[in-house]
Amino acid sequence: MTSGAVSEPQRYLEVRIRWQPLEIAFWLTSLLPFWLTPSYLVLASQIAITALFALSLDLILGYAGIVSLGHAAYFGFGSYTAGLIAKWGWGEPITGLAAAAVAAGLLGFLTSIIIARFRHLALIMITLGFGLLLAEAANSASWLTGGADGLQGVRIWKLLGFFPFDLYGHAAYAYSLCVLFLAFLLARRLIHSPFGLALRGIRERAIRMPAIGAQSPAHIRKIYTIAAVLAGIAGALLAQTTETVSLETLGFQRSADVLVILILGGTGRLYGGIVGAIVYMVARDQFSGINPQYWYFWIGLLLIAVVMFLPNGILGGLARLVPHRWRPA
Amino acid sequence: MSTPALSTRGLDKSFGSLVVANDVTFELPHGERYALIGPNGAGKTTLINLMTGMLKPDRGQIFLGPNEITALPPAQRVRRGLVRTFQINTLFPHLNALEAVTLAVCERLGCAGQWWRKLPSYGEAIEEAHAILRSLRLGSSCYRPTHELAYGQQRLLEIALALATNPKVLLLDEPAAGVPQAESAELFSVIAGLSETITVLFIEHDMNVVFRFARRIIVMVGGRILLQGTPQEIAADKRVREAYLGARHHA
Amino acid sequence: MIASAVGVLFDGFAYGMLLFLLSVGLSVTLGMMNFVNLAHCSFAMLGGYVAVTLTNELRWPFLTTLPLAFLAAALVSVAFERLLYKRLYEASDLEQCLLTIGIVFVSVAAAAYLFGTVQQSVALPSYLRGTVAIAHQSFGVYRLFLIGVSLLITIGLIAALEYTRFGAQVRAAVDNQRMARGLGIDVGRVFATTFALGSGLAGLGGALAVEIVGLDHAFAFTYLVYVLIVVAVGGLGSIGGSFAAATVLGISDMAGKYYFPELGAFLIYFVMITLLMWRPAGLFGRR
Repeated sequence: MTSGAVSEPQRYLEVRIRWQPLEIAFWLTSLLPFWLTPSYLVLASQIAITALFALSLDLILGYAGIVSLGHAAYFGFGSYTAGLIAKWGWGEPITGLAAAAVAAGLLGFLTSIIIARFRHLALIMITLGFGLLLAEAANSASWLTGGADGLQGVRIWKLLGFFPFDLYGHAAYAYSLCVLFLAFLLARRLIHSPFGLALRGIRERAIRMPAIGAQSPAHIRKIYTIAAVLAGIAGALLAQTTETVSLETLGFQRSADVLVILILGGTGRLYGGIVGAIVYMVARDQFSGINPQYWYFWIGLLLIAVVMFLPNGILGGLARLVPHRWRPA
Repeated sequence: MSTPALSTRGLDKSFGSLVVANDVTFELPHGERYALIGPNGAGKTTLINLMTGMLKPDRGQIFLGPNEITALPPAQRVRRGLVRTFQINTLFPHLNALEAVTLAVCERLGCAGQWWRKLPSYGEAIEEAHAILRSLRLGSSCYRPTHELAYGQQRLLEIALALATNPKVLLLDEPAAGVPQAESAELFSVIAGLSETITVLFIEHDMNVVFRFARRIIVMVGGRILLQGTPQEIAADKRVREAYLGARHHA
Repeated sequence: MIASAVGVLFDGFAYGMLLFLLSVGLSVTLGMMNFVNLAHCSFAMLGGYVAVTLTNELRWPFLTTLPLAFLAAALVSVAFERLLYKRLYEASDLEQCLLTIGIVFVSVAAAAYLFGTVQQSVALPSYLRGTVAIAHQSFGVYRLFLIGVSLLITIGLIAALEYTRFGAQVRAAVDNQRMARGLGIDVGRVFATTFALGSGLAGLGGALAVEIVGLDHAFAFTYLVYVLIVVAVGGLGSIGGSFAAATVLGISDMAGKYYFPELGAFLIYFVMITLLMWRPAGLFGRR
């Protein structure tokens, strides 16, 4: 598109989306658990999976402004798809992952046709309704899903033919981290594309969009489908690395948890879901001895505190300490 | 070309017993500069909402050139060249001016749905956006987030967004509303400098501005068009003075 | 066949009345202030636990606990409104959701801590127990009582809305907040009072619910979904809408459980989604 010389405004936009040293450091640090905390690799892979799930929610919530109380529907759908494929004899992880991505994407696309037409309370209720509907259906279809007992007999083959998924979690973390990173690259590119700009436009002032000729429903359907694909991939990762799938992957609890995690980290900042996932899962692991009731007591207090005092989450709070010049888009 | 750039026929709209548009029929010839005036509540913004598709008329038709657009959704009307600005700034607070106008250009070019290439690689769109901003004297502040711009600059950005869609007919809803006297002169010189290929209809309360920039005036009262005419005809008409109940007049 | 159908209708209607009491407050305050208060059922739960504690620990008669459940819920809700909610009236849907979900989490954990996770029950007086026979059909006395109380309250609410000055102010504020303010109505005070009333009714509903659906620490969550469905389907700010939606929901839930037990709650969610798609603002909603 450009013929040689790059203009000043182009250079300005280019600089704003460059990789920051902090980002590179972050991703390099994510490799450390292999050496520093090898006994926590299973937890690390869980964190990576949760981070991917939160990232997918950020795309619709943080960037397009869609409040969803049922995002776990796509996570669980991806999970069950990957689990069932393995159970029925095809245990190759990467192709199974791809199949789950397609399935979740299809479900996302179909529901997006309805979702894109609504706002405010009706939208929240419909996302909630779909999630509950799918969970109920999965519960009833126990011949397929195993019902409350979960899916049994899921056997995953070695990753790339060499690396078995074992109790130590090496393959699990390597696999989850790679997938997370690739998904992150995709999301990052998307955010910095004209489409990402359009999404921000919808979030900032939805009513102005048709006035500049934008077809907002089409944009929303697109991002919702992409988010569903990523959520489905996260669910598939969980199924494959743990070789189990249970009903709670579709449940309201999971939808609420990912919402809390994203808010904790900060929406619309690409890294918010990852930061939130790390903090949440590590804290939960540390306090795993506590009765789950009390865990939710503190989470509740935390939510109230975040909304009242730190509405942009951890990253938002930190961002206020960083000089304006350094901030990424 | 005898087909007008924009015309309406018998537009009616009521909310219960409140009639906001009553048999509104008028024509806007190509390249013209029309002003739409009337007391508050006369239905001027409502008319713009009806013409742009944000409101559905109870009866009547709207034509853009020779084509009827009455049933067309708002975004489609913009793509056909019928664009409006808002009386109250309806901008993207945290996008900077360059991003906002680039977005509008991308939507027009049809590349706003592309998510696999980074924005800086769309040189043409960015250049065009920057050129529009420069022509509105916003070139130097285009990197600042919209909410940090001065009010007058934000009003200019409203117009920039509209220009980015390559309009054929431009409906300006009180473009200088809230802008201090000193800055509104610049605003209107920008509007006066708009290409002759764009047809402009603007709503305005300041009679000085109206008489300076409008070639014809449409007067609306209570949802109906009271009369249309040249600035001289309107200034002399007794009914217009009555409608404004003693508002200041242009000598 | 008919006997069981009548039975299902009756039980369903009673259940619907309960849902109405639990939901009407949320519908009106949502319609008035557009404040998404997901903690509404926490106030209902509070009312339930007040009733349980008073009848079980202090041996108070059941009927006297009802106004106290109402009062307790109303007073606590006022405290929350003044301290927390007031600051978020202009905030986004999301922030309001999150704040109130946080309150739900806290209330559920607090209930578990104070009362354990067991099902609670109230000691009903003898005249509210058992069944009566009307036209060869037996009807539960407590359910008749519940229906009676709900209908009285509904009539009272509608009368207050239509014939009192406060009611007129409420209607104005729901219809157009800005204009109501312009007319000199103290919208803030109207809202606070309506909010207290709505939460109080929820508390009353919670107290009445114990005998029908039980009470445990997760009540605030479990019934939140049903209340949201009633409010969304009935339309924000509409008492009649809440009444209709609650009745439909109560009867279909009961009928679903009786005639199609394998479907479970699937039917309810499906009906809700279809109704919302047909009328996004709810059956009687305006926005």
